[in-house]
Amino acid sequence: MKVTVTVNGRKIQEEIECDLLLIDFLRSHGCMSVKRGCETSNCGLCTVMMDGRPVLSCSVLTARADGHTIETLEGLQEEAEEFGAFIADQGAEQCGFCNPGFMMNALALFRENPEPDVDEIKEYLAGNLCRCSGYEGQLRGILNFLEWKKEAKR
Amino acid sequence: MLTIQEYVKAESLEQAYELNQKKTNRIIGGMLWMKMSPLNIKTAIDLSGLGLDQIEETQEEFRIGCMVTLRQLETHPGLEAYTGGSMKESLRHIVGVQFRNLATVGGSIYGRFGFSDVLTEFMALGAEVELFHGGRMPLEEFAKLPYDKDILVGLILKKVPQNSVYLSMRNTRTDFPVLTCAVSRREGMTGAFIGARPGRAVAVYDRAGLLKSGITDAAAREFAAYAAEQTVTGSNKRAQAEYRTHLIRVLTRRACQQLGGETK
Amino acid sequence: MRAVSQPVRKKDAMSLVTGKPVYMDDVINHENCLIVKVLRSPHANAIVESVQKTAAEKVPGIEAIYTWEDVPGERFTMAGQTYPEPSPYDRLILDRHVRYVGDPVAIVAGYSEKAVDKALKIIKVKYQVLEPLLDFRKAKDNEILVHPEENWKALCPVGADNKRNLCASGESGDGDIEAVLSDCDIVLERTYHTRACQQAMMETFRTYCSIDAYGRLNVLSSTQIVFHVRRILSNALGIPKSMIRVSKARIGGGFGAKQSVVAEVFPAFVTWMTKKPSRMIYTRRESQTASSPRHEMEVTVRLGAMKDGKIRGIDVYTLSNTGAYGEHGPTTVGLSGHKSIPLYGTPEAYRFRYDVVYTNVMSAGAYRGYGATQGIFALETAVNELAAQLHMDPVVIREINMVREGQIMPAYYGEQTNSCALDRCVERAKQMIGWEEKYPCRDMGNGKVRSVGMAMAMQGSGIAGVDVGSATIKMNEEGYYTMIIGAADMGTGCDTILAQMAAECLDCPVDAVTVFGADTDASPYDSGSYASSTTYVTGKAVEKACQKLREKILEKGAELLQCSPEEAEFDGEKVFRTETGESVDLKTIGTSAMDGNRTALEVTETNSSPFSPPPFMCGMAEIELDKETGQVDVIDYVAVVDCGTVVNPNLARVQTEGGIAQGIGMALFENIQYSDRGHLFENSLMQYKIPTREDIGKIRVEFESSYEPTGPFGAKSIGEIVINTPSPAITQAIYNATGHWFRELPITPEKIAMVLADD
Repeated sequence: MKVTVTVNGRKIQEEIECDLLLIDFLRSHGCMSVKRGCETSNCGLCTVMMDGRPVLSCSVLTARADGHTIETLEGLQEEAEEFGAFIADQGAEQCGFCNPGFMMNALALFRENPEPDVDEIKEYLAGNLCRCSGYEGQLRGILNFLEWKKEAKR
Repeated sequence: MLTIQEYVKAESLEQAYELNQKKTNRIIGGMLWMKMSPLNIKTAIDLSGLGLDQIEETQEEFRIGCMVTLRQLETHPGLEAYTGGSMKESLRHIVGVQFRNLATVGGSIYGRFGFSDVLTEFMALGAEVELFHGGRMPLEEFAKLPYDKDILVGLILKKVPQNSVYLSMRNTRTDFPVLTCAVSRREGMTGAFIGARPGRAVAVYDRAGLLKSGITDAAAREFAAYAAEQTVTGSNKRAQAEYRTHLIRVLTRRACQQLGGETK
Repeated sequence: MRAVSQPVRKKDAMSLVTGKPVYMDDVINHENCLIVKVLRSPHANAIVESVQKTAAEKVPGIEAIYTWEDVPGERFTMAGQTYPEPSPYDRLILDRHVRYVGDPVAIVAGYSEKAVDKALKIIKVKYQVLEPLLDFRKAKDNEILVHPEENWKALCPVGADNKRNLCASGESGDGDIEAVLSDCDIVLERTYHTRACQQAMMETFRTYCSIDAYGRLNVLSSTQIVFHVRRILSNALGIPKSMIRVSKARIGGGFGAKQSVVAEVFPAFVTWMTKKPSRMIYTRRESQTASSPRHEMEVTVRLGAMKDGKIRGIDVYTLSNTGAYGEHGPTTVGLSGHKSIPLYGTPEAYRFRYDVVYTNVMSAGAYRGYGATQGIFALETAVNELAAQLHMDPVVIREINMVREGQIMPAYYGEQTNSCALDRCVERAKQMIGWEEKYPCRDMGNGKVRSVGMAMAMQGSGIAGVDVGSATIKMNEEGYYTMIIGAADMGTGCDTILAQMAAECLDCPVDAVTVFGADTDASPYDSGSYASSTTYVTGKAVEKACQKLREKILEKGAELLQCSPEEAEFDGEKVFRTETGESVDLKTIGTSAMDGNRTALEVTETNSSPFSPPPFMCGMAEIELDKETGQVDVIDYVAVVDCGTVVNPNLARVQTEGGIAQGIGMALFENIQYSDRGHLFENSLMQYKIPTREDIGKIRVEFESSYEPTGPFGAKSIGEIVINTPSPAITQAIYNATGHWFRELPITPEKIAMVLADD
């Protein structure tokens, strides 16, 4: 079937197989930040934004993305660098494999709730597994980033 | 691995219904569970173009389309106010935000999964389902039916004076529940709704009037014991039947006590 | 110090947080690359009678299908260990005898995933199904033999005997344990059980293979051990090592999982046979069910003590389950005794005995802690139980008995503790958590109890006298340095840590040192990143190499200044004549080294240490326990670590936090349940529950540094020790809340609630 998907601002028209998952479609178009960590929708590594909302690209058919807008970390490099620097300053990226999904969902959180408290952060990001960091460094990075944002606003 | 040969974005419910009569065809909801099955689907039927992704709130009721996501339910201010937070509590432990942005209420309710938080909560709220062919029926009845080829178009939640409390026990915060327990009081009748037994959610009503003269600690305990007695539990890899029965007593009592505190 | 002990950002940090394509599957060419998958046995013990593959071979897009008849018949081990390889040679690429549910039966290679999946579906296998041996307590001398074959072979004298299902067995000791125990006021005997937990790194096992311009097999793998992979593939394929090159991309986590060859042999075999590029990417299900998890162990501790709390004798017996194959079986078990017993300096005698048995479940491997985790859970819980019996504060019993700096550790191969701040770690942890106020518990009045628990831990720093670390460092024309290593950064940050050390030695910014590794063709030999070795062993090689390079730079500079090296000095930026101040800068020296030069500004140094100085730590947990549901929330976890000099405080902290989170998972959530036919239930991240960020409370980390004289800049290791304290500390906290000891992990809410319901 033929689909039209807008990926990071670029309209892609393509003939696809009906069961092609969005994650595989995106990787085949160079969005290598999108990672697969499980087959059971549990790990959050494949998180992308669909029409501005974070979703698991391993669980969306490309067919359903037809006519929709997708953003991956490749399309959000500026935001990723700005926020990511705070994660890097904690050494909390560790192996890095969960980072793109974590970054995407954290950016989604900031859009939805610009000043979340610790419980809101933990709940929103609960679907992003990380086996390296124990999550504490990620939390410190987020809180420092939010503090910096607040300062910058003043 | 799931395979799909054809994909049809339905243009009407009639068309979807017709297509769905074929054994090898399937309606896809959020696709989260279906994705894990090794199904070979001839035609996947997508309802996402039919405007069924809306929550309509009127004076009398909520009308919830089958393609509404769990996240929409969780963040809907009207539902939040009406359920006193029990709707949100029933949803927020399900895997993660990205998952709940995909999972649909139609998929969850139609699936009638044993572990379903969604089924437990909507049953406690006295929801009705609307089937394309079968018309309206109470969710409590629908939950007992075997799977057929009808289409679940949406849910209707009649607004009545009600209070509800939702609790669940999970081995980790976002795991499947070991037990779900909602207690609600609607139009004078209190009921406990127990899911993840691990079977499908069931209702236990206070027909004996144990809580009639107010929810005291003793009455809550008595009703909880009754609920535990009335509910069949089983074992799976997450917990044994005995523990689940124990949890029915604990969670039902706690929910009653919380409900008592909230009754205005 | 300018570079060491600084919280330097990881060199790859910004690439990782911005999602750059740096992992194996991001960097390879997917076009015309064969996809490799294996057909796995549904039986725990069976003989493959026949495989019908003709129909599958005809599926369009299928390149090759291999079965046991197509592979070499020489056995090998997949354990990534140094010579002499202690793990038995008990594997074939494909074996006719399948020994666990998931053992490979056929390899399928094709050009599309759909074709390969279809082929897998229509291959018909006829099995002669045999009775499986699933209970590791019954394995020794059972009539069911997991490895009855005649060509099974143990290379080292590790007490192995395949005709008795023994992968290893042994005994060691010091003093007369029975005499000491019979003289004690109290002898406590307890048995503890830990499961085959999964590393569950986020990037599953994966390997890409191709043939290069020289006809050699090029392997790009997500591995901690490039050199061992080269040897193992040479053994498995029966081809010379000279025909194999192994390198790694960024690794998405390892924790020891990638210290075994797991995925590599299959695409390597396919590419070698077809001469076409291929890749294999493990599914999460495969990673959960056919990989290299922790060894399940049952550890029995006999502890002899006096009424005043003095521990006089420790006797440990460990039964370890290596599963269907023996990877890391003979070595992990050793740590359960040798890295638990030495935590105590008082005993007059110890004994440590063990058996490692084969069973028909997934083979175990190397997982962070490597046996020490299991042994420390047992011994530390036993000591906590002893304290409870003696009505003593568990901190006090540690203060009486713990090992101190300068002591000889008989159970640790007679090594001396040259650096040990364990006493300070315990003291500081106690202050941080508020032990005095919180021990043992407080009733919160709502059915909930808050309580605390503690444990100590140790590990090693590399394998003494065995591990080899190397570094090549060279100066380039702009005066920057290239460091080439064979150690593998798997997220730990060793690329950065080693560069920090180099920068410290060379008086330059960390950014002036680029790092390359690991590649068997280019890197100097390094046994790889495991056994907590990289900072300690390879770090020392970096230090040595940099010292030598300094001398070479000085020589070259002096030559340009037309003086002798003795008359000049090097300050990191320039070489100058001490007397006149006349100087030549690094850029000029570097450039001149490319112009009529006869000495390479390049040094390779290798290091091995006769010691493995243990890092030490203390962990204390505060939990809130719901006495009705049995739910345990870890609300605060305090860790104080002595890893010697902290080379990078950020990275050491995150390592510690991460290890503790994994340890919390092991203690409370991560279960392994087999059916009576040997099927593993926890085969996905849906069923195997690693902690989310909502499942761990606050984790607070501090360091109490000692100075290790044999380590680089006084450093010891940190990678593994950090997983060892949560299980015993949380177990004790649960006891303090409930009055019950739970000696089997994980301690689920159900176990707690059902015991309390009976009270």
